[in-house]
Amino acid sequence: MDTNSVLQQPRTKKVAQPTPGTESTPSQPDRTPEHHPLLFELTSPSARCAVLPKSDVPAAPQAELLPEALIADAPPALPELGELDLVRHYTRLAGRCFSVDANFYPLGSCTMKYNPRINERVAAMPGFAHVHPYQDESDVQGLLELLYRLRCDLAEIAGLAEVTLQPAAGAHGEMTGLMIINAFHKHRGEHRPKVLAPDSAHGTNPASCTICGGQSVKIRSKSDGRVDLDDLRANVDDQTAALMITNPNTVGVFDEQIGDIVDIVHKHGAQVYFDGANMNAILGAARPGDFGVDCMHFNTHKTFSTPHGGGGPGAGPVAVAEHLRPYLPVPQVVRRPDGTFSWCDDRPDSIGKVRSFYAQVGVLVRAYTYIRTLGKEGLCDAAHMAVLSANYLAARLKHRFKMPFPPPYAHEFVMVPDFADKAISENDVAKRLIDFGIHPPTMSWPIHHCLMVEPTETESLATLDQFVRSMLTIADEIDTDAAKVKSAPHTTPIGRLDEVTASRKPCVRWSASCEGNG
Amino acid sequence: MAVPNDRKYTETHEWFMIDGDTVTMGITQYAAEELTDITYVELPDPGTSLGVGDAIGEVESVKATSELFSSVAGEVIEINTALADQPELVNSDAFEEGWMVRIRPESTAPLAALMTGKDYDVFLENGI
Repeated sequence: MDTNSVLQQPRTKKVAQPTPGTESTPSQPDRTPEHHPLLFELTSPSARCAVLPKSDVPAAPQAELLPEALIADAPPALPELGELDLVRHYTRLAGRCFSVDANFYPLGSCTMKYNPRINERVAAMPGFAHVHPYQDESDVQGLLELLYRLRCDLAEIAGLAEVTLQPAAGAHGEMTGLMIINAFHKHRGEHRPKVLAPDSAHGTNPASCTICGGQSVKIRSKSDGRVDLDDLRANVDDQTAALMITNPNTVGVFDEQIGDIVDIVHKHGAQVYFDGANMNAILGAARPGDFGVDCMHFNTHKTFSTPHGGGGPGAGPVAVAEHLRPYLPVPQVVRRPDGTFSWCDDRPDSIGKVRSFYAQVGVLVRAYTYIRTLGKEGLCDAAHMAVLSANYLAARLKHRFKMPFPPPYAHEFVMVPDFADKAISENDVAKRLIDFGIHPPTMSWPIHHCLMVEPTETESLATLDQFVRSMLTIADEIDTDAAKVKSAPHTTPIGRLDEVTASRKPCVRWSASCEGNG
Repeated sequence: MAVPNDRKYTETHEWFMIDGDTVTMGITQYAAEELTDITYVELPDPGTSLGVGDAIGEVESVKATSELFSSVAGEVIEINTALADQPELVNSDAFEEGWMVRIRPESTAPLAALMTGKDYDVFLENGI
C-alpha cells in the first residue's frame, strides 16, 4: 500500500467514549472502522529515527567476512519510519488501552483498585530506586529498615509470627508456603503427599501443589458456597500435608466454618494454608492467624495497591506461625541489637532462597507506602468499603439478575444473567458493558454462566450507581432489543472477534498473507 | 434431552461404552455445549497405560480447558485422530463422531458404579 495514500485518508469519525456519570444509553450501532495503519503500512523507504555518522572504518566486501550460506539475498522487510511517526503510532495504540486510571474495572477476583500516586512518588525516591543489591548494607539502611518494618506490619496484619518478603508473586508465595510446610513435615519424619483445596479454589492452588510434587485433592463446596465439612472429613488423613483455603472464597462468601475447618485439618496433623487473595475484604477486621491458619501469602497487588503490571513484577510475601519459622527462606532482613539493619542467613533448617537477591523491592516499597498512608484505621476502612460496595451493587441488581449464593457477600459477588427465553449469555452482557465504558466482569468462573463483580473499595458512589444504571439498562434491552445486546460491543474499533477461528487457526505474527485481518 | 442408554456416565460428564473387549470414551453433548466451541483436544498416545481416575487428556474451548479422566484402568489402543483437525466434531456429535479414546480395560467393573443414561438425565435435570 502506498504510504501517502494512507496518511492522506480523511480522518475517520472519532468514536465517542462514554464517561461514567454522564452516559445514559449508548446510541444505535454505528461503529466506524477506524483504520489505524500498521507500521508496515506506514513504512516510507529510507526513513529513519536516527542518523548515524559516516563510518571511518574501511568497508570490506561481505563475501570476505561471512560464508556464502549466511548471506541473505535481500535485507529483511522491516518497517522504515521517522521517530515522530513511530511515536504517534504507539501513542494512538496506547489510547486504546483500558485501565483503571480511565474507567471502572469491576473484574471479579482480580481486585482492580486504584493505585494511589503517592506509591509511585515514594518508590521513585533515589534511596529506594537507585540502589543495587550488591551495595554495602551500610549504604542502604533506609531501604533495609523499610523492608524490616514491612515484614513486621504484614506479620501483625496476618496475626502470624514472621514474614518473608522474597516470593515474586502470589503463586510463588503459595509454592514457598507449601515448601515450608513440606519441610516441617519432613523434619518430623513424615511424608505427606496430599494437598486439599475446595473446588472453588483459584487454579494456582492445585498447580502449586503439583509443582511441589504433591497430589491435589478437591473438596466439595455446598450450594451456599461454603466448604462441605463431611467431604473434608472424608478426605483429610495422615497423608494430608495441608488444606489450601481462600476466605472469603472465590464466590465472594466468607466461610464462618473456618474455625471448624481448621480444627478438622489440625486433628490429622495437617497444616492450614491460607490463600490471601481476598485479604482486602477482611484487612484489619479479622486475622488469619487468629482463626488458626499456619501459613499464608499476601497478593500485594490486590491488597496493598501495587501495580498489577501485566503479569509482573509482583510480590507475594508469606507469613507463618511460630512452628514454621525455622523453615522460612533466607536471607531475612533483621534488626541488630545496635539498631542497624542487615541480612541474616542464620537459619539452618531454611528452605533456602526462593528468589534471586531479595524480592521485588520496588513493589514492596509501594505496599509499605499504602499501609503507612492508610494506617490501622484506614486499612480497616478499606476492607469495610470493599464489602459495602459489593453488597450495595448486589442489593441494587438482585431483582433483575439471579444471585446464586445468598447474601451477605464479602468484597465480590457472583450473578447470573438468567433471561431464559432470550438465550442471552454472560458473554453478551459483558460485551454490552464495554459500550458503557465499563470493563467486563470476570466471566464463566467460578461457576457456569456467571459474571463475577468486584467493585473494590476505591470507587465512588457515583461510579457504582453508573454501573447499576448500565446493568439495568442492559436488562431492559434484553427484554426489548436482545439483538442489540447479542451484537455488542458497538462503540469499539473492532466488534466481536471470531474467537473460534482465532483459536483454531491462530495467526499471531504479521505477514503479508495476514493482511486484511489486521 | 435424553442421552443414549447404551453407555455409562460420570459426574464429570465423560461417557464410557463397552464394545466387545474395548471401552470407548468421550464427553457428553451437555459438556460440549457448556464448553462452547471446542478448539483443541489433547489425547494420549496409543500404548499409554492408565489407572482408574487418571487424567488422560484435555479439551480446550474458547471458554475453558477441561481435563478428561478415565474411569477404567487399561491401555489406550486407539485415539480419534480426526479430532486433531476437526475438534468441532465433539460439538456436532459428541456421542458418535466426537469419540475420543479407545481403551483395552483390565476390567470393566469400575463402570458398574457409573450412571446409566437415565441416571445422567436426572443428574442434569437436578442441576449440577
